[in-house]
Amino acid sequence: MANVSMTVNGRSVSGQCEDRTLLVQFIRENLGLTGTHVGCDTSQCGACVVHVDGKAVKSCTMLAAQADGSEVVTIEGLASGGELHPVQAAFREHHGLQCGFCTPGMIMSAVDMIQRHGGRLDEKTVRQELEGNICRCTGYHNIVKAVLDAASKMGDGTKVAAE
Amino acid sequence: MYATNYHRASSVEDAVKLASSNDEAKYLSGGQTLLPTMKQRLAAPSDLVDLRHVSDMKGISVSGGSIRIGAATTHAEVAKSSEIASACPGLAHLAAHIGDPHVRHMGTIGGSIANNDPAADYPAGLVALNATIVTNKRSIGADDFFTGMFDTALEDGELIVAVEIKAPSKSGYAKFPNPASRYAMTGVFVAKHGDGSVRVAVTGAGSDGVFRQADMEQALASDFSAGAIDGVTVDDSELMSDIHASSAYRANLVKVMAKRAVAAAG
Repeated sequence: MANVSMTVNGRSVSGQCEDRTLLVQFIRENLGLTGTHVGCDTSQCGACVVHVDGKAVKSCTMLAAQADGSEVVTIEGLASGGELHPVQAAFREHHGLQCGFCTPGMIMSAVDMIQRHGGRLDEKTVRQELEGNICRCTGYHNIVKAVLDAASKMGDGTKVAAE
Repeated sequence: MYATNYHRASSVEDAVKLASSNDEAKYLSGGQTLLPTMKQRLAAPSDLVDLRHVSDMKGISVSGGSIRIGAATTHAEVAKSSEIASACPGLAHLAAHIGDPHVRHMGTIGGSIANNDPAADYPAGLVALNATIVTNKRSIGADDFFTGMFDTALEDGELIVAVEIKAPSKSGYAKFPNPASRYAMTGVFVAKHGDGSVRVAVTGAGSDGVFRQADMEQALASDFSAGAIDGVTVDDSELMSDIHASSAYRANLVKVMAKRAVAAAG
């Protein structure tokens, strides 16, 4: 068994789990944060994307033990004080979701991409950057619109909320 | 996934010691192939030795045309390195197109080459660049390192510490990604070296993993232009044939990707 401690959404947490426990299982089952989804479980669909030490990763392809000592942000950690994160607000505004299953991963990927590219995002880049996130409802158009809108609103120097 | 025991290595020596204390141990770098393989129960190491916290295995240094990339350096770090972009732009391009952004944040150069997937990108880059693979025991030239599909010259417990490359005068990589997996259905890396020689390495197409295309190397050594490849015939008898593409289709891709790689190299 592994004793795992990490900071999740600004809160120090610790727990015991098997060494083979995936980070996504630890987040959902030990911490009860079920916003992070398991879609394909084969590291292709991106529904499980969270940020570990500031980088977007697929939490179905990382052990909880690997994240011991890390800083983790999940979809639940984006909004602050009842105010949606700009990317969440843009997804709502642009109808960037239908069933919503892929949305947590899409939003975590979008926040990561906007932070890495600052305001310098165009449609082609957004589509390339969404390579690791699959949506079966929207056809991606509204997701791309939402990401571009959020990027322009967050601007270059605005490294907000998530970190 | 079967049960396993996780260990976090603090140094190269520590990692080797942890791995040698159990016959069924495996090194865990980015885990982007190993963990999915374990989830499918195709691998069942009793122990995992995590390399992500070994500082001696991380980072990029470039000085006087010599490039050294720590084995635990991620694809994202290679892709965004301004030093790699100027010393070897083909390699930066290659790293930027592995998998997807999340995979690139975790996956490492050492993990990729130790696995030697026949459709992975790095083997083509390292063979064309005539890289040296530095382990805890020795240095191995790329031509000798990649010995076949999912097979390398690494001995049991031997650990890749770094990859060393002499900056080429020109480098370019082009791949035709599988539309679902983004692995190379064919990827070609072309490098022109300081002595005027050219090396062309192909991944994703060979039935026994990465290989060099000698006819293209010769043609490009006398005329480094995409047109120089026009006259080369690619033999498809040793190429892979599967549901994604026939060997004849891949043979054509080798030529098309090689021309694009030369054009990208400039």
